[in-house]
Amino acid sequence: MLDFSISKEQKMIKSEIAKLVKDLVIENAHDIDESGDIDPATIQAIWEMGISIASVPEEFGGFGDQSAPVDSTLILEELAYGDMAVAVAATLPSLFIQPLVMFGTPAQQKKYLPLYCSEKYKACTLAVNEPHFQFDVVSLKTTAVAKSGDYVLNGEKCFVPMARTAEHIMVAAACDGKNQLFIVESSNPGLHISDREKNLGLYGLESVEIKLVDCVVPASDRVGEANGCDFGQILQRTRVGLCAMATGICRASYEFARNYAKERIQFGEPIAHRQSVAFMIAEMAYEVDAIRLMTWQAASKLAAGKDATRESYLAKLYAGEKAMKICDYGVQVLGGHGYVRDYPMERFYRNSRGISILEAMATV
Amino acid sequence: MIDLELNEKTEKVRANMKNLAKTLLRPISRKYDLAEHEYPKELDMFRSLPIMGKPKKKDPAAAAAAKAKKPADAEGGKIGANMSLVLSTEALCWGDAGLLLSLPNAGLGNAALIAVANDDQIARFGSKWIAMAITEPQSGSDSGSISTTAQLDGDHYVLNGEKIFVTCADRCDAVVVWATVDKSAGKAGVKSFIVEKGTPGFKLEKLEHKLGIRASDTGTFLLNNCRVPKENLLGNPEVVKQGTEGFKGVMKTFDNTRPLVASMANGIASAAVEFLKEQLEKAGYKLDYSKSVHNMSSVEKAYYRMEAEYEAMKLLTWRAAWMADNQQSNNLEASMAKAKSGRMATLITQECCDILGPVGFSRKQLAEKWMRDSKIMDIFEGTGQIQHLIVARNVLKLNSSELR
Ligand SMILES: Cc1cc2nc3c(=O)[nH]c(=O)nc-3n(C[C@H](O)[C@H](O)[C@H](O)COP(=O)(O)OP(=O)(O)OC[C@H]3O[C@@H](n4cnc5c(N)ncnc54)[C@H](O)[C@@H]3O)c2cc1C
Repeated sequence: MLDFSISKEQKMIKSEIAKLVKDLVIENAHDIDESGDIDPATIQAIWEMGISIASVPEEFGGFGDQSAPVDSTLILEELAYGDMAVAVAATLPSLFIQPLVMFGTPAQQKKYLPLYCSEKYKACTLAVNEPHFQFDVVSLKTTAVAKSGDYVLNGEKCFVPMARTAEHIMVAAACDGKNQLFIVESSNPGLHISDREKNLGLYGLESVEIKLVDCVVPASDRVGEANGCDFGQILQRTRVGLCAMATGICRASYEFARNYAKERIQFGEPIAHRQSVAFMIAEMAYEVDAIRLMTWQAASKLAAGKDATRESYLAKLYAGEKAMKICDYGVQVLGGHGYVRDYPMERFYRNSRGISILEAMATV
Repeated sequence: MIDLELNEKTEKVRANMKNLAKTLLRPISRKYDLAEHEYPKELDMFRSLPIMGKPKKKDPAAAAAAKAKKPADAEGGKIGANMSLVLSTEALCWGDAGLLLSLPNAGLGNAALIAVANDDQIARFGSKWIAMAITEPQSGSDSGSISTTAQLDGDHYVLNGEKIFVTCADRCDAVVVWATVDKSAGKAGVKSFIVEKGTPGFKLEKLEHKLGIRASDTGTFLLNNCRVPKENLLGNPEVVKQGTEGFKGVMKTFDNTRPLVASMANGIASAAVEFLKEQLEKAGYKLDYSKSVHNMSSVEKAYYRMEAEYEAMKLLTWRAAWMADNQQSNNLEASMAKAKSGRMATLITQECCDILGPVGFSRKQLAEKWMRDSKIMDIFEGTGQIQHLIVARNVLKLNSSELR
């Protein structure tokens, strides 16, 4: 039933995360971006909120809560409001855990979930993006071919977060024309991990390219084994996750520009007193809300157990376009000060380009 | 708890309204686009429907009880009159926005009456079709600067001035006329009066020929020593000199009507998006939300973007209406919805015609009409710029002299 209000519990979750983000992330976001390192204590503190394991059954170390996609969007928004690199890093295990909860066989769940549903954060990751022009998440170039009881994977992946420390990498590959997921151990001789990538944005997030060269994966490590998984359903959830992070970056950009415009004096009065500045801020205000509402709409569909292909697709398309626009306005409102790295605006600008380009960097 | 899914019952109502639009409005859409100013008699069947809501007796005890029942922080929400109206307006404007504006007894004046009239006024005017006359030749966006005057003379007010661009000017039974009782008081002196057709000195001067919504009759009234009973003044007759509270009161009606205009825009936009989809699919495009947006034709991408924009417009509008239904102040959200929907409906219908090419330029199809109709949504009830001003002042916490 249509309801635009945040419940008491949701408010509580939101403000708890917001406090953590304020204390640990916002203050340090600049240093994280410059140094490329996130303090492990920060990741651990966020991990202890239990976001990634909430919907894992208790027998495997989770809380056994019902999956709550809308709540997850609130959390991801708050985290990305602080810093998107931190949001991705701290919730990364969700990308590995969620497909197993949804499609893993009992044996797979038993084998892998307890490994990662522990008190201490342990990296595990998902490799979806590929490093070539015309990358299309629906028709992946990485392939998995069945061969004498195993699968042989070949292809290249990029933007694989924390793959150098992860013991397990879940790899998306086309298998008989359908995208499927395979768990690759870090010690697999067919797996080649590059040095740390250098990208336009997300400086704080350690990520790599990986090559799969005749990488043999036992059939028991195909998620869902013979039945496989419905990759479309996973994509719906990761898209909503990405949109939630877009809301966070955009809100940060909007609020910073709004406050700055009130304080910056030129020609004897605050620049906010000029329509050409004020109207950019007005547009930022309602576009942030629009991205959030579209995210919530897709998450509501998922919460109701319905197919959200359309809603999540349109939300990502929208968020990708508007995030760039909002952050572009943000830099413009600050002028030259938006261009220098002392202010967070240029970071928002770089990170926001990722919303339209990246897939599967967070999930609900 | 956040949930943006409509329940089944509401979805059904929505589908029924759309069906009504399909069977009653679409078939006569072109007819009244061509027959400008002619009353669409097919709409008579709507006359008894309280489109703008039911005039309620103002019972202070009941109102207080209703307020008490719904504390501000109560959990959950409800779909009330505003959401229902927004949903049916959108569905009907998918059919035809000009005809929606021509629905009998559903003028903006009716909305104002329901918002502020006393019991006596509701008894006298509740069943009439009432237009709204604010705009003057010299006062458009700056509605606080109107110069039509109302002078108290015994039991009557005497009105003098000119009102332009009045929707339903020909077909209405009465008009809510904005006039100043005290020019020196500025906005605080602005009051509204119900002027009935046939009142001496009240003359419909002319009807406009327009770009779009031609089914809607837009006209000019002249008020020349027009005497209306004192009891026809809506709201408080006092001129409160301090501040602009009185004027703000009048403007409050717009918090409810802006989402309505936004939903009109959404209705036209949805018609264009849907028609474009049909045409593209006929031409062999597969629009199943599977392709990467970086790997498709510009036509497909344009289509998906239009559909995404429509979703954003719709949700901003629903939120504003839902808030009004749940006793939350929605001044900011109503303007956000109107700013977004008014502008985007204009752009969507333009692009729809562009992509359709000759089909979009021809009068054989309705796409060209939607492009003409939608443009008004970024103009009346406060232009897009005025909506941005309201939003900007609100979020920047600036007053109207700081941000002009
Ligand atoms: C078909 C139709 C139906 C209508 N129905 C009604 C009705 O029923 N009742 C009624 O009272 N009126 C009605 N109107 C009038 C409508 O509300 C006005 O046209 C509208 O408010 C704009 O006023 P204007 O045309 O005088 O434009 P102006 O106010 O002269 O504006 C011209 C341009 O300047 C911009 N502008 C103005 N002020 C500012 C500012 N401070 N900052 C930035 N930009 C600014 C505007 O956005 C616009 O782009 C109707 C108009 C039409 C065309």
